[in-house]
Amino acid sequence: MMLLAIILLPMIGAAVPFMTERMGRTLCAYSAAIGPLIALGLLVSSAPTIFGGEVLYSQTSWLPSLGLNLNLRLDGLSLMFGFLIVGIGLLVILYARYYLAQRDSLAKLYALLQLFMMAMLGIVMSDNLMLLIVFWEITSLVSFLLIGYWSNQSDARKGARMALAVTGAGGLCLIAGALLIERIVGSFELGAIFAAGDEIRAHSSYPVILILVLLGAFTKSAQFPFQFWLPHAMSAPTPVSAYLHSATMVKAGVFLLARMYPALAGTEWWFYLVTFTGMATMLFGAYNALFKHDLKGLLAYSTISHLGLITMLFGFGTQLAVVAGIFHIINHATFKASLFMAAGIIDHETGTRDMRKINGMWKYMPHTALLAMVAALAMAGVPLLNGFLSKEMFFSEALHLESMGMFSWIFPLLATLAGVFSVAYSVRFIHDVFFNGEPIDLPKFPPHEPPRYMIVPVEVLVGLCLLVGIVPNLTVAPFLEAASLAVLGEQMPEYHIAIWHGVNLPLIMSMVAMAGGLIMYSQRTGLFAFYERKFRHDEKIVFESRVQFSVRVAQRFTDFIQNNSLQRYMALLIATAVAAIGYALWTMPQLLGPVAISDIEPVSLLGAVILIIGAFGTVLLHHNRLAALLLLSVVGLIVSLIFVRYSAPDLALTQLSVEVVTIVLLMLALYFMPQLTPNESGNKRVARDILLAGAAGIGMGLITLAILTQPFSSISDYYLANSVSGGGGANVVNVILVDFRGFDTLGEITVLAIAAVGIYAMLNGLHLPLPQADGEGRRWDKEPHPPILAVMARILLPLALMVSMFIFLRGHNAPGGGFIAGLVTSVALILQYVASGTAWMQQRLRWRYRRVAVSGVLIATLTGIGSWVFGYPFLTSTFSHIHWPVVGDFELASAMAFDIGVYITVVGATMLILAHLGKLAQSSHSPRPATSKPYSSPELTKGED
Amino acid sequence: MSHLAIAPVLIPLLTGILLLLGTGRPLVIQRSISFLSILAQVAVAAALIIGAAGGEITVYALGNWAPPFGIVLVVDRLSALMVFTTVVLAFFSLWYAVRGNDTPADSLHSVVHFLLMGVNGAFLTGDLFNLFVFFEVLLIASYTLLLHGGGAARIKSGLHYVLLNLAGSSLFLLAAAILYGVTGTLNMADMAVKVANATPEQTPLLTAGALLLLVVFGLKAAMVPLYFWLPRAYASASAPVAAMFCIMTKIGLYAIIRVYSLVFGSEAGELANIAQPFLWPLALITLALGATGALAARELRLQIAYLVVVSVGTLLAGIALNNVQALSATLYYLVHSTWICGALFLLADLIMRQRGATADRIITGPAVRQAVKLGGLFFIAAAAIIGMPPLSGFVGKLMILSAAQTDQQTFWLWAILLLASFVMITALSRSGSTLFWRTENRVAKADKADRGALLAVISMLSLALVLSVAGDPVVRFTEALAQQTLTPSLYIDAVLSHETLSGAHTGGAHD
Repeated sequence: MMLLAIILLPMIGAAVPFMTERMGRTLCAYSAAIGPLIALGLLVSSAPTIFGGEVLYSQTSWLPSLGLNLNLRLDGLSLMFGFLIVGIGLLVILYARYYLAQRDSLAKLYALLQLFMMAMLGIVMSDNLMLLIVFWEITSLVSFLLIGYWSNQSDARKGARMALAVTGAGGLCLIAGALLIERIVGSFELGAIFAAGDEIRAHSSYPVILILVLLGAFTKSAQFPFQFWLPHAMSAPTPVSAYLHSATMVKAGVFLLARMYPALAGTEWWFYLVTFTGMATMLFGAYNALFKHDLKGLLAYSTISHLGLITMLFGFGTQLAVVAGIFHIINHATFKASLFMAAGIIDHETGTRDMRKINGMWKYMPHTALLAMVAALAMAGVPLLNGFLSKEMFFSEALHLESMGMFSWIFPLLATLAGVFSVAYSVRFIHDVFFNGEPIDLPKFPPHEPPRYMIVPVEVLVGLCLLVGIVPNLTVAPFLEAASLAVLGEQMPEYHIAIWHGVNLPLIMSMVAMAGGLIMYSQRTGLFAFYERKFRHDEKIVFESRVQFSVRVAQRFTDFIQNNSLQRYMALLIATAVAAIGYALWTMPQLLGPVAISDIEPVSLLGAVILIIGAFGTVLLHHNRLAALLLLSVVGLIVSLIFVRYSAPDLALTQLSVEVVTIVLLMLALYFMPQLTPNESGNKRVARDILLAGAAGIGMGLITLAILTQPFSSISDYYLANSVSGGGGANVVNVILVDFRGFDTLGEITVLAIAAVGIYAMLNGLHLPLPQADGEGRRWDKEPHPPILAVMARILLPLALMVSMFIFLRGHNAPGGGFIAGLVTSVALILQYVASGTAWMQQRLRWRYRRVAVSGVLIATLTGIGSWVFGYPFLTSTFSHIHWPVVGDFELASAMAFDIGVYITVVGATMLILAHLGKLAQSSHSPRPATSKPYSSPELTKGED
Repeated sequence: MSHLAIAPVLIPLLTGILLLLGTGRPLVIQRSISFLSILAQVAVAAALIIGAAGGEITVYALGNWAPPFGIVLVVDRLSALMVFTTVVLAFFSLWYAVRGNDTPADSLHSVVHFLLMGVNGAFLTGDLFNLFVFFEVLLIASYTLLLHGGGAARIKSGLHYVLLNLAGSSLFLLAAAILYGVTGTLNMADMAVKVANATPEQTPLLTAGALLLLVVFGLKAAMVPLYFWLPRAYASASAPVAAMFCIMTKIGLYAIIRVYSLVFGSEAGELANIAQPFLWPLALITLALGATGALAARELRLQIAYLVVVSVGTLLAGIALNNVQALSATLYYLVHSTWICGALFLLADLIMRQRGATADRIITGPAVRQAVKLGGLFFIAAAAIIGMPPLSGFVGKLMILSAAQTDQQTFWLWAILLLASFVMITALSRSGSTLFWRTENRVAKADKADRGALLAVISMLSLALVLSVAGDPVVRFTEALAQQTLTPSLYIDAVLSHETLSGAHTGGAHD
């Protein structure tokens, strides 16, 4: 519980500053510190237990089936890191109070810092590798926001994105590595992973695992060649740099090395990968640090160098090297954080970070200067400061390395070289900034000492540098001991931290580094010129141009495959379908099944020929829309004849009436379109389309043939047997429609009703420019409604309605039914529209067709719900025979009410479409307002129906 | 008897009808009806989930006709979860819509409910042809919705949408005809039995039907090479509609899961697991192309639409892996991506309203008025959809990654999924920093976001946290779900042994 509290306190604390922001900045800062302070207290209280060699655990189940649990541990390593994270975090909170300008939101910074603190504590206290990754990724996310804190600066934005991309990518690799580990160990729990160390190292995928985990660690800790994001993360406010980019986040990578050390270290792979990466990073960082004119740039590269040094120590793989690595983590965090803060103060007071301008600060701010100088000397590794101790240990370990055989001398040599650079840039920091003549062109002049409390954090940290440097055994020893124990377990080496070991090789190396560094610094002018010529490149520009480049490539590629052409998309769809059918046909041993093909008789043949002519004609004549439509109707009519031929009168009737209604509606629609379509496709496309269409047609034909020649038994027998007894109707088709599968019909009439709604929404209020003449320039007839037609139509209306009633009523037993009857009624009404005009009809038939259509669906639905009353499922039918006098036996089925719904919907929907298209046409014969919209961008407006 | 199973179909149907009959009534009444109805649907869906959680499969025989002759609705864990996901998404979309994003309201609300009827019906039905019917319902409703608000861009992408989907419907019909022509049944459970006992002559024909059906579902699900229409269509829809559309691809995915686990699943003899070998490469290509599109997108909404494609690729990969763990991961990820993509579309709308003429183009524009609030939400949403911890996307991604089994699966899935995540990090950090950080020195003249609408988005995004932090019951549910779904005999037995009530269909006596 206590461990959870340590993590949760800063998270809860993140909300506090927003509440106290209005009460002034100081109070805001104090309130922000409450959470971390309590967390620190908890850490302190548990320190004795940990120093005693115990490990505290806390287990909370989260996603047990994934193996991801909120299991925490507090061992020596976590404790040491915990102190760094919370302690330096508190100092940063104090520091930031004075650093940030009035216009910057303090609360936002504090909230993010505390979230970050929570995530960092999570990383170091996780007892579950996946949980560690969860926190790991949160640090990446929060650091994105922290680096981009001054979001109006381009550098900050780019730096933030770069950091996120690099550390995010590393995080993804780490996830993969953790999952692989889990496959071997069967758990993400650290205890289990440590115990299975030998198994992991012996496993065939160990190199992959190692590389993935190291990629995670190296990106986070800015190891070569991923170091480039760190200098650009310096666009963050300095408190953030001091906290994230020196003391904590970049240490997460080396923390991971330490954490996974028991499970992954101790192999050649580990040694070579980690040592050489660390070495390259150390040298690269140290070399570049010397040449940065930007204060924070120098510190950033120096950080990279020191991180490389720590990495290298872990790579060595000897027990003492691990101790030295952990020791250097502590030392680096203290002196580097104080240096960043000092740099921030100087920046704050002078308005610049350019060391070519900032000179002679000793005179203006001696207090700060003194502190910064001590910290810089610690960085250089001068005796009596903490940096010296760990550096000595590093040199000594480099000397004792024998893994490389005869090339082992390379390590002490390069270590000394890095030491030389390290001394040189530390000296540069001291000399350039605090001495070296007078300041040049400072934006703020004269600089003076910062507010009292801004310098307190630096004092604390520098004080620690001194304390650790002078009396290590009284201060840092227990931490180091406990942390090393956590990493090394039982193999704890005997070691002794002392300032004076006598004159030995490491000391001589230190001396050489000092002397070399001073000499190098004295030769700086020439070196700077050399560097400017050879090594100037801005990773930010490189990174940015790579991002831009990949975006452009992605855009070109996406535009290429998605050209927004309907024809292409349709062709792809059909091609895919053809491929599917083709694949199946390919696997077919023989096409035809055992059922014999019936003989061809002349009438069917004739029908087939006409059908083919109609279909081909439609395609060939499609440039002339009217002709194509007429030929299409031929296809439809033949299909209905085929239904007749094969004894499906219901289908034939339906097909016929659907055909009539659609052709009329399409004619109406054609009226608004050009009569001819231009020829737009080139030969290649025509060839492609012929091929596709041919393949699709032939494929479907073949598959149909294959199916029809297979023996067949289906559920339809049941329908035939139960239609009368169960559905109360002799017309099986109708009983299927309204009873057996009435639910389908309900769905389909809903489709009709929705279509009516949609078409209404689209057409209502739409104005189209209407053609005044046909394709050949002939004007429309002045008499659109010939009287003979009108008179005939009016006579026909009652007859047609009666027919439709007849069709409806007999529907359950003989061909007919609501759907067909509805269509017949529609045809009858359509005829009236055609004969007498929309206006004439509208005066007489003031129906709101949309409502009509919907009411039909309502009736059908309510009929279905009716069966609930009797305790049966939706749409359960019932029927009864009533004896009417005179008329005789009369059957009444509940399905009939359903069928009425169908009827009404069909009439409503078709009439709505017709009436609205007709209304559009009507306006061509009457003057229209001049403001009508062009038809290329039709406007949908709301209106009443 | 309980009619709960059909309620998710009938409630929205009646609501749609009621809203249309009440056209012209004050907006407040229409909104209230619509909102009350969706609340009722959420309650019903929750009841369905609770009912299905124990593993019971409820069969509702429409018209009291025994399967396989009549149509059945089947509530199992899968269909219950899908319905729940849908109505929760609709709840937030409508919540957002009633805050002034629903004019002209008469058609929007009614058609949303018709759409819900279609979607819920598609999830619940146990009949292949009935599935087709519900596909039609949701197609026509979605087309109407797509045009909601008007404008040339919508008309154009809407035309692509409707024509391609109509062609898809025709293919569906062909596929259903082929399958009926061979098996003689439309009930999926019955069809599964027939397929399992297919003769060698029937096998290639069934293959044809199965693969053609896969094309149809692939079109719905936005699988490569059939997704190209999607990004434009989604990006041009109005916000609540675009959010609603996040369920549309999932319908195709659901259909793939259902049909290829039940009818052509592990127990289908010769035809067992016929789709998975095709799905696997297509899934990974979809994933890669979606991520590329997200990087390439020049507008925020287009980018989100590509994120939808990425999620489709991820889900298809999960389906193709075809094991319990993978299917469980797929369903978890499905719920997550549906809700979060929906939230992103709504959020994109709030953002673009505050960017003046720059709208949602990813270029320098005026500063967003509520930059901190909207930017913060965008940050969270982006983290969730990329799959950054501790949000639901991370959990889902982790589940899918760990479901890969063979070395080859592991290599391809991990490489592509993780690379896609990296591309998404790059793409979204780029668009986010452009929209909120790289701004001109002026704030666009815009109203503050409506509080209610903002609250809708916030609550929706908080689902990402809920799904993760309180994810254990969800994961356990999806595991049980996967277990059930991949044991098709459970479903088949439940349907085919369903007994209808006695006493119906006897007819009245002749007197």
